[in-house]
Amino acid sequence: MGMISTVRATLSAGLVAIAVLASPPAWALEIQDLKSPNGAVFWLVEEPSIPIVALEISFTGGARLDPADRTGLANLMAGLVEEGAGDLDAVGFSKARDDLSARFGFSAGQDGIDVSARMLMETLEPSVALLATALASPRFDPEPIERVKAQILSVIAEAGTEPESMAANTWYAATFPDHRYGRTTNGTAESVSAITRGDLIAARSRLLTRANARIAVVGAINAERAGRMVDTVLAGLEQGSPLVHQRVNDAPPPGLRVIELDVPQSAAVFGHAGLTRDDPDFIPAYVMNYVLGSGGFTSRLMTEVREKRGLAYGIYSYLAVRDESALYLGAVQTVNEGMAETLEVVKAEWALMAAEGATADELDRAKRYLTGAFPLSFDSNSKIANYLVFIQEADLGIDYIDRRNGLIEAVTLEDVKRVAARVLKPNELSIVVVGKPTGL
Amino acid sequence: MRLTYTLTVFGMLLSMALAPVTRAGSVVTDFRLDNGMDVVVIEDHRAAVVTHMVWYRVGAADEPWGHSGIAHFFEHLMFKATDKIADGEFSKIVAANGGSDNAFTSHDYTAYYQRIASDRLELVMDMEANRMRNLLLTDAVVATERAVILEERNQRTDNSPQALFNEQMESALYMNHPYGVPVIGWRHEMEKLNLADAQAFYARYYAPDNAILVVAGDVTPEQVRALAETYYGPLLPSGRPPEARPQEPPQLAPRRIEMHDAQVRQPYVMRNYLVPTFDPSNPRESAALSILSDILGDGITSRLAQALQLEQKVAIDSGSYYTPGRRDQTNFSVYGVPAPGQDLAIVEAAIDAVLVEMATNGPTEEELARVKRLNRAALIFAQDELASQARLYGAALASGGAVADVQNWPAVIEAVTAEDVRLAAEKYLVLEHSVTGWLVRTKETQ
Repeated sequence: MGMISTVRATLSAGLVAIAVLASPPAWALEIQDLKSPNGAVFWLVEEPSIPIVALEISFTGGARLDPADRTGLANLMAGLVEEGAGDLDAVGFSKARDDLSARFGFSAGQDGIDVSARMLMETLEPSVALLATALASPRFDPEPIERVKAQILSVIAEAGTEPESMAANTWYAATFPDHRYGRTTNGTAESVSAITRGDLIAARSRLLTRANARIAVVGAINAERAGRMVDTVLAGLEQGSPLVHQRVNDAPPPGLRVIELDVPQSAAVFGHAGLTRDDPDFIPAYVMNYVLGSGGFTSRLMTEVREKRGLAYGIYSYLAVRDESALYLGAVQTVNEGMAETLEVVKAEWALMAAEGATADELDRAKRYLTGAFPLSFDSNSKIANYLVFIQEADLGIDYIDRRNGLIEAVTLEDVKRVAARVLKPNELSIVVVGKPTGL
Repeated sequence: MRLTYTLTVFGMLLSMALAPVTRAGSVVTDFRLDNGMDVVVIEDHRAAVVTHMVWYRVGAADEPWGHSGIAHFFEHLMFKATDKIADGEFSKIVAANGGSDNAFTSHDYTAYYQRIASDRLELVMDMEANRMRNLLLTDAVVATERAVILEERNQRTDNSPQALFNEQMESALYMNHPYGVPVIGWRHEMEKLNLADAQAFYARYYAPDNAILVVAGDVTPEQVRALAETYYGPLLPSGRPPEARPQEPPQLAPRRIEMHDAQVRQPYVMRNYLVPTFDPSNPRESAALSILSDILGDGITSRLAQALQLEQKVAIDSGSYYTPGRRDQTNFSVYGVPAPGQDLAIVEAAIDAVLVEMATNGPTEEELARVKRLNRAALIFAQDELASQARLYGAALASGGAVADVQNWPAVIEAVTAEDVRLAAEKYLVLEHSVTGWLVRTKETQ
């Protein structure tokens, strides 16, 4: 016996076992597509084994809807809804939430405001009522406005000397000169300072609307009780109208920009246009990217840059899909003296994949990982709820979880080669480096 | 602004402030193999998934003096060739079976793990057992990977004034104990780490009697026992338990540091106290310190936030941390981030006033009840997080604790009184056992 034969045996057996994994009974989630008594659509997975409920709501349209002179508004608003609501000031709200042992999270991204709640069954209804108060009637008292603003201003200032943030922010600013994606969700010191209580009140009613809410519930709760819960949470929100997305021009300026900063290690962000999720080539591109720059230690970029040359601790690439843009991005940090060589390797790998695609072995391994790891991502109520909200936002269909591995399995070597040639454009790479790189 | 971390191959920042909760009603089984390897099985049959972890009772605090970083460096080298696995293939085989893998190193332990479908448990156990004893290292492999850890140090520490400040703080707190040496290592010593260092470290510490196997997920203890006896059972024990580490002498003088860095835009003040870690013979003391930390610094209702942020408005952020799960004397940290125009001295004085008040009058019953309630809720929420359960037990055992210590912790927390908390503050938050640090922007560039 021995290691190798065991591994080989298991690997070949793996093909059989993956078929088992991919068949619904092994891990299928029973997702219910429901309507609340008041007509709100939500998805539910009943998971009775633990007496908790996870509720996820994503309100489409976040920081990208910030007025031009008020960037950071959505972010500040999300940071303040839990700082006092209804009859409760900030401390009162925090105590009330702790008394119920509930956990709430509110965050703003470019494309949405995410609300997540984890609640105990024994205090579910009062917890839901408290959450509803935060969404419907946050107080936006002067004290928390000033306090949270000061925290955000501090974060903005620190990011201004932090190489990774500087590289990313510069990259986006150059790519989106006329779109909010070109500015950070945090905003600028000037724009955040200018935000008024009136701005916050208006932002809440504009951003948190029923028409743009995607909702998922996972936990020890049935459809009827979940429906009432959803209605309670949405009770104080305006109806609004569904947001329409418009793909923006997202071809970044090709070439290299270097921003000097006195640090031992340079940070780079590189990328160009990518594919939207509804593009027929999206799944093949996703598989191709696993081979090129995702997938941790197994990727070509990681093998070439880290494993063979020791140039970096990590390097990765990904399809960066947003509601109004589609990019193909990567990032790496490497010692100043190694950045030139690292970027040469990136361009060479880009060109090689574009010219030749992946090998049969690489495609096989990519499929095995992507299909095998997929069910492993559904191991907690919160993660399941998050994914259900994502499927709704991306409009992939309630059967997507059942279909998804089949889509991966269907990708051929020709698909990978075609999509690599279509997407990867080494000469169009837009590269920003922050640090003191030599030889560039 | 979390300042304690372990190192991972990939860069996950794992908070060491481990929430000491156990899984209410979960089935946890533990046993020991004949060769001394401890085994913990946590059953959860909700999904056909397992987390397989091997923890070694060796970390950065066990490194030979002058060879800092070798424990973490060695963690990287464990992904290289063995007599049966080609260089770099370990992670690729795991991935090709639909799993993911990684590793992390702290001062007290080094751990390796895979998450994978439960029918692949045998595969990963076979490979993990193989690399416990059969790694084949070469000068070339060591040289390339040394470049990687130096880049890792650049990325985590040298590019970040906050991380550099943290190193200075820790090294000032520990006058003699190796917790004062950073897990990643000092750069000038990392640059000299070589094949001989790696081989000596491997031979000394990588053995079944210095390891703990934790398997969590869709398995039974009987299945794990049978597999563990097959794959880990034949490995020869070292017969050498970890050495005791140098301990701290009496600390008689408060220390202060002030670090200036051109990159800093937000100054802050931090104080680290040397305090007891979890002690199985006196768990109530670390439970009292844990509650003290929550009451002082957890959230907007905490003492520090109330005083510094809401009443005096001298700070925009504040908090406290206590890390009970270490093998030796540990840290209790408090910090404050000044509001615009506020002086660090004012923030520090405000922190001191809060601490004095706590040591004098203790917490209110309401504060105590709030923290205990949140701890009880954490037990229920933790049932939904199997991977963190596996980490909790592994870390506890690797740091000298036992399964029973983890399981009894909630009861110990419940028994803590307001007077216990006050006494902990009075006894341990004393300046002679502390370092106070200011991180500020370099004056010339302002």
